[in-house]
Amino acid sequence: MDLAEYIQLVFTDYTLRTITLGTAILGAVTGMLGSFAVLRKQSLLGDAISHAALPGIAIAFLITGIKDSNVLLLGALISGLVGTFWIRGIMNKTHLKSDTALGLILSLFFGFGMLLLTFIQKQPNANQAGLDKYLFGQAATLVESDVWMMTLVTGSCLFVLLLFWKEFKILLFDADYTKTLGFNTKFIDVLITTFIVLAIVLGLQTVGVVLMSAMLLAPAAAARQWTNSLGYMVIIASVFGALSGVVGTAISASQNNLSTGPVIVIVAGVFVLISFVFSPSRGLLFKQIRLLKNRRDLKLHKTLSFMYNIARTHDDISHPHAIKILNNFQGYTTGTLQKLVRKNYVRLEAGQWSLTLEGFKAASNLYNQQDHKDE
Amino acid sequence: MEPKIAVQVDDLTVAYNYKPVLWDIDLEIPEGVLMAIVGPNGAGKSTLIKSILGILKPIAGSVSIYGKPYAKQRELVAYVPQKGSVDWDFPTTALDVVMMGTYGSLGWIKRPGQKEKKAALEALEKVGMLPFKNRQISQLSGGQQQRVFLARALVQNAAIYFMDEPFQGVDATTEIAIINILKELRKANKTVIVVHHDLQTVPEYFDWVTFLNVKKIATGPVKDIFNDDNLTKTYGINYKVSIQE
Repeated sequence: MDLAEYIQLVFTDYTLRTITLGTAILGAVTGMLGSFAVLRKQSLLGDAISHAALPGIAIAFLITGIKDSNVLLLGALISGLVGTFWIRGIMNKTHLKSDTALGLILSLFFGFGMLLLTFIQKQPNANQAGLDKYLFGQAATLVESDVWMMTLVTGSCLFVLLLFWKEFKILLFDADYTKTLGFNTKFIDVLITTFIVLAIVLGLQTVGVVLMSAMLLAPAAAARQWTNSLGYMVIIASVFGALSGVVGTAISASQNNLSTGPVIVIVAGVFVLISFVFSPSRGLLFKQIRLLKNRRDLKLHKTLSFMYNIARTHDDISHPHAIKILNNFQGYTTGTLQKLVRKNYVRLEAGQWSLTLEGFKAASNLYNQQDHKDE
Repeated sequence: MEPKIAVQVDDLTVAYNYKPVLWDIDLEIPEGVLMAIVGPNGAGKSTLIKSILGILKPIAGSVSIYGKPYAKQRELVAYVPQKGSVDWDFPTTALDVVMMGTYGSLGWIKRPGQKEKKAALEALEKVGMLPFKNRQISQLSGGQQQRVFLARALVQNAAIYFMDEPFQGVDATTEIAIINILKELRKANKTVIVVHHDLQTVPEYFDWVTFLNVKKIATGPVKDIFNDDNLTKTYGINYKVSIQE
């Protein structure tokens, strides 16, 4: 199946269209909210929330006996919220650090959820099958109403985000200061956290409990590499998230037996990798290039100023020297000298190196600048 | 005429866990002083400021600003936190951070406009950071970051300024720039309260001082109470500083 064919299929095939839209919207909203989680250094919170949601799914099924995704996700939402506020409670009331509190709630809730799942599977109810799909998600089960639900949550999330943008930003940057200005920081905090829980719960059906936190973190971590503005970071993160959803769905749809959730997460991971390496200001590649260039420039400057110092002791600034003399002092390489020749700062005649007038001027400028800086 | 009392603290007691960090603090800070709070590490200097500002909840005691509870007098108070208390890799610019100083008067939801931007630019100018207004804050030096924090408080145009170690980790140029601004504030009859570490500079920079070590040891004009006796009581060892006249 080629690309054009696939794109056409996305617009015509009901199932594929639903899944593509669903994963795109999900990626957008998790990317958006993930930016806040990452900047608050609460990256692990997403993982804890998604795992904490599992018992809620099981309990909702045990109570209602039906497998309606909205009912199950409501259960997930409640137990996700309970888990989140327990984490905050543990952190506030005990000496335990946040990583301990997160790890504790994550494993306790997940363990309890798994226990309930195995209990449900042993029951003589034909309806039970398929609850375990919430572990790794199954995008194929998305239906139109799920997508509407995602759109609703994303829309209200966007609305709240725009409304309280200023408050969110200042809380993320400096919570104590925000308090002194008279803002109710607890309210802002609960608002952000609630939306993060909502977004995670929405994604459980598609991506699953285990991998959901990657949807929250990967697009945001990638986006941070490309911008120094919070606004752009949120926008870029949602775009990365949405693209991960669309591309991930495409890959899993065109290959047999590839589960959608993990593929989406891997695509998001590729965005992170590319961003870490290729971002112009923060990427590893350009950092390394800048470092090498700086070193090379310094080497040239050093060589030039060394020759300048020798030249000053001679009447003729272009008095030739054998490389041996230069070498004897500091081990300057022929390579460096040749680069200077290319810049027309140094001349090579019969194996002897000499400074040109141009080179002399450049070097003395360099010196003046240096002196100036030292002042 | 007696000067007005800008900040009054009564019976303030604060504890994180079991041990009190501040014990029964009574403090009256007159209007228009430039006051240093000094004391050893763990003496509760930052805690005192944070409790006055309502960031920490005291176990007992009350705070009033010009005779009324702090919650009603917020617009009169500005705070400069310790530089290390925030993540400077946060994606924002110097100007944007200073604009945050206007958020309090704006209140909920309302966005800063031209008026707020102008005020922020003026504050940046005052601390000599105008050329760096669009700089990402992680690319500023420690001293520059401290100046941005100071500018953010200046934008609030408050009557009382609380500063938590504004001289920590800054270069000499910034230290002079900051102290000049503080002296200007005092000239304008503002009250400035500074958590300070460098005892040598207390007589030079400040006119009022509070010695603190869990309890309040002494508070008053530097020329009256900044002496070896109070230093020894505060720091526990036989402390001697030469006070230049």
